[in-house]
Amino acid sequence: MKFAHLIWGNLTRKKLRTTLTLLSILVAFVLYGILCAVKQALIGGVELAGADRLVVRHKVSIIQLLPESYQARMEKIPGVAAVAHQTWFGGVYQDPKNFFMQSPVVPEDFMPMFPEFLLPPDQLKAWQQTRTGAIVGRNTADRFKWKLGDKIPIMSPIWGQRNWEFDLVGIYDGAKKGTDTTPMFFRFDFFNESRSERARGYVGWYAIRVKDPAAAAEVAKRVDAEFENSPAETRTEPEGAFVQGFANQMGNIALIVASILAAVFFTILLVTGSTMSQAVRERIGELGVLKAIGFTNGQLLGFVLAESCLLALLGGGLGLGLAWLFAARGDPTGGMLPLFHLSTGDLVTGVAIALALGLLTGIFPALTAMRLRVADALRRM
Amino acid sequence: MSQPQPIGSPLVHIAGVEKYFQRGAEKIHVLAELNLAVAPGEFLALMGPSGSGKSTLLNLIGGLDRPTKGTVTVAGERIDQLSDRQLADWRARHIGFVFQLYNLMPVLNAERNVELPLLLTHLNAAQRAQHVAAALALVGLSHRAKHFPRTLSGGEQQRVGIARGIVTDPTLLLCDEPTGDLDRKAGDEILDLLCALNREHGKTIVMVTHDPHASARASRTVHLFKGQITNEAVK
Amino acid sequence: MSGLLNWLSQVAAITKFGLLSIPQRRGSVAATICGTAGVVAVFIGVLSIATGFRRVMASSGAPDAAIVLRSGADSEMVSGFGRDETRLIADAPGLARNARGPLVSAELFVIINLPKRSTGTDANVPLRGVEGAAAEVREQLKIVSGRMFEPGKNEVIVGVGAAREFAGLDAGAVVKVGRESWPVVGIFTASGGLAESEMWTDAKVLQAAYQRGDSFQSVYARLASPGAFQQFKDALTSNPRLSVKVERVSDYYAGQSTMLASLITGLGVLIAALMAVGAVFGALNTMYSAVAARTREIATLRALGFGSGAVVLALMLESLALALGGGAIGAGAAYAVFNNFTAATMNWQSFSQVTFAFAVTPTLLVQGVIWATLIGLIGGLLPAIRAARLPIASALREL
Repeated sequence: MKFAHLIWGNLTRKKLRTTLTLLSILVAFVLYGILCAVKQALIGGVELAGADRLVVRHKVSIIQLLPESYQARMEKIPGVAAVAHQTWFGGVYQDPKNFFMQSPVVPEDFMPMFPEFLLPPDQLKAWQQTRTGAIVGRNTADRFKWKLGDKIPIMSPIWGQRNWEFDLVGIYDGAKKGTDTTPMFFRFDFFNESRSERARGYVGWYAIRVKDPAAAAEVAKRVDAEFENSPAETRTEPEGAFVQGFANQMGNIALIVASILAAVFFTILLVTGSTMSQAVRERIGELGVLKAIGFTNGQLLGFVLAESCLLALLGGGLGLGLAWLFAARGDPTGGMLPLFHLSTGDLVTGVAIALALGLLTGIFPALTAMRLRVADALRRM
Repeated sequence: MSQPQPIGSPLVHIAGVEKYFQRGAEKIHVLAELNLAVAPGEFLALMGPSGSGKSTLLNLIGGLDRPTKGTVTVAGERIDQLSDRQLADWRARHIGFVFQLYNLMPVLNAERNVELPLLLTHLNAAQRAQHVAAALALVGLSHRAKHFPRTLSGGEQQRVGIARGIVTDPTLLLCDEPTGDLDRKAGDEILDLLCALNREHGKTIVMVTHDPHASARASRTVHLFKGQITNEAVK
Repeated sequence: MSGLLNWLSQVAAITKFGLLSIPQRRGSVAATICGTAGVVAVFIGVLSIATGFRRVMASSGAPDAAIVLRSGADSEMVSGFGRDETRLIADAPGLARNARGPLVSAELFVIINLPKRSTGTDANVPLRGVEGAAAEVREQLKIVSGRMFEPGKNEVIVGVGAAREFAGLDAGAVVKVGRESWPVVGIFTASGGLAESEMWTDAKVLQAAYQRGDSFQSVYARLASPGAFQQFKDALTSNPRLSVKVERVSDYYAGQSTMLASLITGLGVLIAALMAVGAVFGALNTMYSAVAARTREIATLRALGFGSGAVVLALMLESLALALGGGAIGAGAAYAVFNNFTAATMNWQSFSQVTFAFAVTPTLLVQGVIWATLIGLIGGLLPAIRAARLPIASALREL
């Protein structure tokens, strides 16, 4: 790139102005990164949802319980490969602020259903051998500095209004970046026998693995048809739709984030754009000299665009880097946003936005530079 | 109007050139029915008061502008019919410019400034460096190669400008008031340099000036007045 | 005194020159104004969400209303009482009474899935079973169309917020829950409170529909006076046959709104702060270029005897004027777009939807203007100082 020093020289001509512009771009991309991480924390589960999994819940609402006996009936429905259930435990560890999800599960059904939870085989074995055993995700284990063998007391206001005590036998990791490793899981048999007789035999919701993801919608229909007109009718939908629906309950987060970012980038676009046109206006004479020497219109267009793109990519890259560092430190709220992270997709989009910003802010000054009449430009030196 | 033609086939041949600008309904004539020939190896001075059209004429020869009417032929090529893009390429190959205010890139040092026109050639970095060094040596500024324009005197800046003008070994060196912004001593040094380039290196030079002291150094002087050649003197 | 006047007229003169030169610098000036407007609009917009949400929660309890939950329960969702317990609560001292007895309402709280009008996806809509005194316990309740439900019948009345946000809750419609059908017989308001997000029916009917026997989840009570709260609370907590937690309704809901409201507020301030930093850079750029463009002019004024203090102040005023202009535009836009913009979100403590309207309050507008002022001051200070320090002699020669 033999023109590099020319572009770099122009960029560093007014160091203060370039620095200020660079910083405002940087700030915009830090903001972009943080907002993407927040969005990811709130609705990122949709992307992570298993394509071959369905969620079955009570038709009236998810807080209504379903009979445990449904599992056997579901397993017989054509197209269903496996079934596992979970139940909202709603327990409190020491203080209600220390929120994380807990659920009783059947390990033999649950672990194969959710391969995104990676549990060492010996810990799985220990869990199967310990009735009061529980496993917890890395995130929560780190948060409370739990280690294997600890006794974890959980107070449940729902199930018998008493303290439950679990033995921590396993700590699982997430298979993917963004897998939620905050929940704690313990054994359903222990839970079922320990709760009040009236509640026994009921579970919260089911996950179904279908044999063929393409036929998921039909399987969902068959499941709901199976339980139609029973006291507990079901509502079955793909896991992605379920998670999305849940996110929608919080409001249209994607829209809110997109609106804020649109405002931010519109602002930055104006700031950077005006700086670029000013930078070009100031050196119209020089551009005229380059033209006189024999530089073509296309080359001048390229110089100005290269300058604005370099500025935007530099600012954008640094901003994304800072945001990435910030997000890499994990949930800044201490528990409210366990999935807080900057995804690779958002990073790539960020770079693309930086490039677009560079092109957009550079194109009008570049066209001005290109359309200069040499003889006029030379007079303005 | 009859004009004595220089001997040999001309390097620059301007025939029947008219140039006017449209300002509203008014036509402003800058050049009218102008004929001029420049022979290879000439050092031609264009003189005339402000508004006489000498800069416009220089721009036409340099391919920065096109005539309204007439033909401009340089080194056997009709440049009045070239497109912008073709003109740019043509300038890069054939023309070296020297400006009154030097017009150096403030963000580049002397040697990078001289190198600029070479960026448009296919020379590699080593070859470019060689040419730059030679050009700077020719103008006597080898020791200032790393200096930025703002740290050079006016005369030095103009010598960098001349080095930039000749570094590609152009067919024609066009100078627009090259001494106009310099004091007498520095101006003389620049004129000495131009004369040397003309005599010792055979450079064909067209120089616009309003300074008789400068035109006196040229091999031929053409006077313009209101867009027409009034008289000329061959030394 | 005349010295001050002279000085002020100097400031006025320089400011006027600056403002007059704005058309020549319209690109960068527009960037500063829009930049500031963007910061202020986003700040006000995001915080109006938190303000609106908090306002709903804060409007939900009169000072003389109390709620009783099972001890250890954070919300009605996880609380539970039998009939004998709610009777004991109703017998406690300190309650307001009317001809039919104490003003208490033992209530059930369930959620049902209804599609949001905006997205068509299911949302957890609260369905509350109440007793006869419920409307008197919450004196703000007002039926705005239709009528109250009839006790003992499968009928619901719907809060205006719920009717607006969720499909199928218009007066005259029939809501199907499981195998039961619930005609909507009326729409009510509750002076902006949380109840407006709910559907109400007779507690007995809801107990039957949900096979809850004769159990409840909470007791709402109207106190004889706000001061009677302590007496009521002490009587219940010291009763060995009860294990309850007593709170003022206002405190209870305030507690539920804290997490979400502070999350939104925190995020809003963070975003606005970052944007403000960006806007300051933009403003600095604009003012530096303003100074650069007027170097000779400023130097000429200084040579004529204008003071450097006047130059600084005039440039600060100019920067401030631009920022305040932007701030006013941003605040106006935020008010036009966000005020009373209605939405619904999840209240995690009750696991159900809260409908609310964004609230652009005067406080928020003032805060927005303060942000703009700060941007203007910071963005103007350094360039103004540079202008004041220009060496006059060399600046005069600048082109």
